[in-house]
Amino acid sequence: MIVRIAKSSILRLLLVALLAAVASPSYSELVIRVTQGNDQPTKIAIAPIAMGGVQVAEDISGIVEADLARSGLFDPMERRDMLAFPSKAAEVYYRDWRLLGVEYLVAGNMQAIGQGRYQIEFSLLNVSGQKTVLTHKVSGTLNQMRDLAHLISDKVYEEITGIRGAFSTRLAYVTATRKNDIYTYRLNVADADGAREKLVLESGEPIMSPAWSANGKELAYVSFETGRPAIFRQNLVSAQREQLTNFTGLNGAPAWSPDGKQMALVLSKDGNPELYLLDLQSKKFSRLTRHFAIDTEPTWMPDGKHLLFTSDRGGTPQIYKLNIASKETERLTFSGNYNARPSLAPNGRTLAMVHRQSDTFHIASLDLKTGRMIELTQTRLDESPTVAPNGAMLMYATKQGDRGVLAAVSLDAGVRYVLPSSSGDVREPAWSPFLR
Amino acid sequence: MKTSFIKSGLSSLFLAVLLTGCVSNPELDEQQTSTDIEDTSVQTGQVDTSAIDDATVEVMTADTVFYFDFDKALLKPESRAALLEHAATLQNSPRNVRLEGHADERGTREYNMALGERRANSVKEFLVLQGVSPGLIEVISYGEERAAAYGSNDDAWGLNRRVELK
Repeated sequence: MIVRIAKSSILRLLLVALLAAVASPSYSELVIRVTQGNDQPTKIAIAPIAMGGVQVAEDISGIVEADLARSGLFDPMERRDMLAFPSKAAEVYYRDWRLLGVEYLVAGNMQAIGQGRYQIEFSLLNVSGQKTVLTHKVSGTLNQMRDLAHLISDKVYEEITGIRGAFSTRLAYVTATRKNDIYTYRLNVADADGAREKLVLESGEPIMSPAWSANGKELAYVSFETGRPAIFRQNLVSAQREQLTNFTGLNGAPAWSPDGKQMALVLSKDGNPELYLLDLQSKKFSRLTRHFAIDTEPTWMPDGKHLLFTSDRGGTPQIYKLNIASKETERLTFSGNYNARPSLAPNGRTLAMVHRQSDTFHIASLDLKTGRMIELTQTRLDESPTVAPNGAMLMYATKQGDRGVLAAVSLDAGVRYVLPSSSGDVREPAWSPFLR
Repeated sequence: MKTSFIKSGLSSLFLAVLLTGCVSNPELDEQQTSTDIEDTSVQTGQVDTSAIDDATVEVMTADTVFYFDFDKALLKPESRAALLEHAATLQNSPRNVRLEGHADERGTREYNMALGERRANSVKEFLVLQGVSPGLIEVISYGEERAAAYGSNDDAWGLNRRVELK
């Protein structure tokens, strides 16, 4: 947020600084005033891309507008309010846009570049500064127009906020339907905006706990297709799959290590649920925890040397940190009698979890440095938090009526939206890493 | 190319200064980069269900579903009579049984998998204490994946926190 303030409205910042210097010598007061001023989303206009005669099913500018609006940091201008549709920087009359109150403008055009590929060249213009701050070309085939749109959103978002855009990422999630006692479970992958849903696996037996590989090319998940829970990995492009575990008892909660070489998971073959590490090359398992309580839901810290996990070793489910080398554990949550399913933001500091508050289950975040806990959601059956790879938003599963849906909230709780729903009961979102 | 860019940039900058910012873009601070997209389309996998046992279900007269409290795996006193009956039957005519542990929808899915297993294990321990061979009993947890009753209320949750003997 602070970065965005600095980049998006240097002029306003200067103005406020000048005013503040006159009115008050206090620096902290200055910071507060700027932050409040920037609770207003940035006004941006995405002029329709000049298509140069190319027929495309998607409304590329519309997708960019929707991406930026969903982030909560932008207020895209309605197309009908625009006075002109410039397709490149040279066609822009800054005064018109300034009068409309627009802070940034995106203008772009498409052309065929041969071999079935098309290129969009676009510019991001700062209206008050009257300058082009970014020009970029993206190219792809006709069925990659949504990818091109999300790439434009990523570039624009990063240039203005200073935070890498995560619009080109994907979501994995599970849906379940039940008709006349016949269950159908589906593992799906869709764009981060919920569009282009693709079926990864369908089964009459439960599918659970999807987890992305660090390179975003594979999913690990739990499937009951053998009549028992087992962990599988599956390549998304080739659909090739491999069963990784086949033990008595629980085989669950797979979590790929940041270097992609290992997987943390849960097995109860020795009597009760314990964390194990699977070396994906040698296929060797090593046991990490040794406790009669439930130990489950491992998630990696960015350093690849620690895991966070849920355990009820203290009497109620709480979140613990495990040093993989020394096997030392440390309890991290103390507020409330149910804290589970840790999901760590990429900064390694903001920990999202499922938190029980007077018989309802919310998503809460804990700042591991200050110990401050914030409730991010207010609905009653929220679960499976998963943080976007840029740390701006988190997705979670919740209920609307009797149906499971996916919703998102920003890590400062200021922005929230519900994902357009897929069919069936939607659950267990897993946000992919950056894919390109 | 480079020279002409700089030239036109400079001349339009000059103009911009003259006309106090009313003309089009001076093309300063421009970054020219590009990104090409590879094909990453998703294909669908196939499950292999050949390993599923399609066992014939025995007819059992005693109750086969046992209920539990929230986040608990302690057997309730009312489960005792039926379990004693099952223990006797299994000792007299041994057969393989399956104990399926379940949880209600509250709380997290993998923790509920562990909880379902813990509940099924407490039923197993009871049967084993009564003399049933542990080798006859398989424990499977479904966590909250297979609800017996739908709805987000105490009645439905109570019916879902269960172990089914099959």
